Amino acid sequence: MWHQVWEITLMNLRNVPSRLGASSVIVVGIAGVVGVLVALLSMAIGFRAALENTGAEDRAIVLRGGSGGELSSGVANEHIAIVASMEGVALSSAELYTIADIPKRSSGTPANLVIRGVEPSAFEIRPEVRIVAGRNFDTGKSELIAGVGAVAEFEGIDLGAQVAFRDSTWTIVGIFDADGGVNESELWTDLPTAQTAFRRTGAVSSMRVRLTSPDAATSLAQRIDADPRLDLELTAEPAYYSAQAAQLTALITGFGYVVATIMAIGAVFAALNTMYSAVSSRTVEIATLRAIGFSGAPVVVSVMFEALALALVGGLAGAALAYLAFNGNTISTLSGFTQVAFDFTVTPALVTTGVLWAVTLGVVGGLFPAVRAARLPITVALRGE
Amino acid sequence: MSHLALMWSSLFRRKARTTLTLLSVVIAFLLFGLLRSVADAFTVGIDIAGVDRLIVQPKYSIIDPVPMAHINQIARVDGVAAVTHADWFGGIYQDRSNFFPKYPVDPRGYFALYPEYTIDAAQLDAFASTRTGAVAPAQMLEEFGWKIGDRIPIEADIWPKKDGSRLWEFELVGSYDAIGAEVPPSEFLFQYDYFDEARQFGNGGVGWFIVRVADPAKSAEIARAIDALFENSPNATRTATEAEFAMQFANQVGDIGLMMTGILGAVFFTILLLTANTMAQALRERIPELAVMKTLGFTDAQVAALVLGEAVLLCVLGGVIGLGIAAFLEGGIATAIKGILPTFALSTTTIATGTGLAVVLGIAVGLLPALRARRLSIVDALRGH
Repeated sequence: MWHQVWEITLMNLRNVPSRLGASSVIVVGIAGVVGVLVALLSMAIGFRAALENTGAEDRAIVLRGGSGGELSSGVANEHIAIVASMEGVALSSAELYTIADIPKRSSGTPANLVIRGVEPSAFEIRPEVRIVAGRNFDTGKSELIAGVGAVAEFEGIDLGAQVAFRDSTWTIVGIFDADGGVNESELWTDLPTAQTAFRRTGAVSSMRVRLTSPDAATSLAQRIDADPRLDLELTAEPAYYSAQAAQLTALITGFGYVVATIMAIGAVFAALNTMYSAVSSRTVEIATLRAIGFSGAPVVVSVMFEALALALVGGLAGAALAYLAFNGNTISTLSGFTQVAFDFTVTPALVTTGVLWAVTLGVVGGLFPAVRAARLPITVALRGE
Repeated sequence: MSHLALMWSSLFRRKARTTLTLLSVVIAFLLFGLLRSVADAFTVGIDIAGVDRLIVQPKYSIIDPVPMAHINQIARVDGVAAVTHADWFGGIYQDRSNFFPKYPVDPRGYFALYPEYTIDAAQLDAFASTRTGAVAPAQMLEEFGWKIGDRIPIEADIWPKKDGSRLWEFELVGSYDAIGAEVPPSEFLFQYDYFDEARQFGNGGVGWFIVRVADPAKSAEIARAIDALFENSPNATRTATEAEFAMQFANQVGDIGLMMTGILGAVFFTILLLTANTMAQALRERIPELAVMKTLGFTDAQVAALVLGEAVLLCVLGGVIGLGIAAFLEGGIATAIKGILPTFALSTTTIATGTGLAVVLGIAVGLLPALRARRLSIVDALRGH
């Protein structure tokens, strides 16, 4: 029995080159589905990774109650020290968060680039932020350091370049990376300098704290909530960033699956078409095999196997194409009101998902033609055309 | 037998194969309709922008306020017919997912600048004379079940009130509509005077000005003249036509159009291959039949035209059905994704482009078989079998 299956399958596969046009329809169709699915999902994965890489368990962000994000938030200067001295806070940095219109390299039109004014402790709180070129900014001077994502995505954001903001011209003296996190999409400078330059001397946007331990987040949040002087709320970084990532990630993922599903339906029709015609072009051959004693099962298996093999080739080609064309490409999009740069990230799990889709499509596309092949009445088929 | 009927019957000579091919074509055009609509939704602001309107925004960052006092200087610029202002309020109605823009405006000034927005004169009077009054698009009233006279609570994220409270309550005094607009208006409007007086900070500033120019041909010149007024002040401006403004925003999200084109490219490449393969197969099987037709007196050109016509018929049929399904689904999809993409709509341009594409596709896949059919010599073809 297995021997029969093997023989017939091999015979089929050897036959594939003679039906190259029809066979390539399955391969290309399924490669398209998998390529689009993998490319779209790799965007979602990359975006989520950028935000989640920014969050650390022992860090938290303090915002004005109900503000929902750093851009709309405000923390009065007199409240900074109150929070900084609370139990559970190991280190804190008051930060000004604002945006400037800088042209994107991809479109040449202005987009919202984040400028963050930080206290020196910010670097201790976020050890992942490392200067990779140039040097750190000096306090009190109009100097900036730029994240690698900001350099990649924005025109004129380069080491040594001058950038004009309201009232002042700044120099980029260093470039930093931050383990792929969202800080890489920002420009950083010294807090007091930023407050003066952006006319925001009375308040900062947010506070970043390092907790004495990850468990301290809940009790510290309660203490801040209970303090009648403060209208602030504390959120642990992982929760804050996954909430920020949630909507866009769900959107891209949902879109990817919807588009891939519709494409998959089309690809199944194409696969059915190919396999039906593969079967019908071999009607006489299959009937002959049956007449000389081969059973129906090997015929079914061999047709299925051919469909699966073609689907697998298509799936792998699609995933490989998506990987080669997109993996590691940096793009940026609007998240809330600010640009976040991220990389397309094709993970092994994603490739597996793509190949599973391909195999499923192959099974569906091969099954009906295979059954038809096995059910061909031998005499009719032999009399054939 | 008419030519159309002849094409139809030879097209469905192999029912299963043609049906499967047709279904794949249907899927391709369904995707075309949906993905083009998604891409359009991001750029729709560009198409519906008033040609005679300019937007004056702060030069360096959209979150900088522009002094209200600018309005008088702008009004005096040569060629400026009218000017009004608006602000970004942010804010949340019940839940973050209920997203719609909320603008504090000058009631009469705003409606004068947007003549396509129609509002009952008595309701506009009520809006102008009610300090906490607000108006909303008619369809928003329907969506949230609001009635004139309702109090609408909005929770501020950016703008707390002077007393520190974040709850703003507006009295709904009217509704407006946009006649003949492809995309319904979505702004919740309330009085700037009330907003400016009650907010905790930022008083005396506005978000942006909207200018109507007397002669759209002079837009660029007028934009330069406005920016020149404030060039050397701390509140420099950047003036652009409404369409440029909308395009800048769309570009911030990313090149959605390119993404959709990429996906559709993959889809159509597959469809081209599939349909071409089907047509080539069909031709091979019908060589004797075509030879008989030529013997009966059909000219070479007629036979070629029939073969080409079949391909075009198949693609156009698939295209029309696919776009028809897209049109059928449009309403449901628009409702489902209203929170994310409020401007999703299948435009007549998309339908026209899709139909044109179907014809082109038909010609592309039919041309080669048609040429082969034309060259077919009767003797060879009849002998061949």
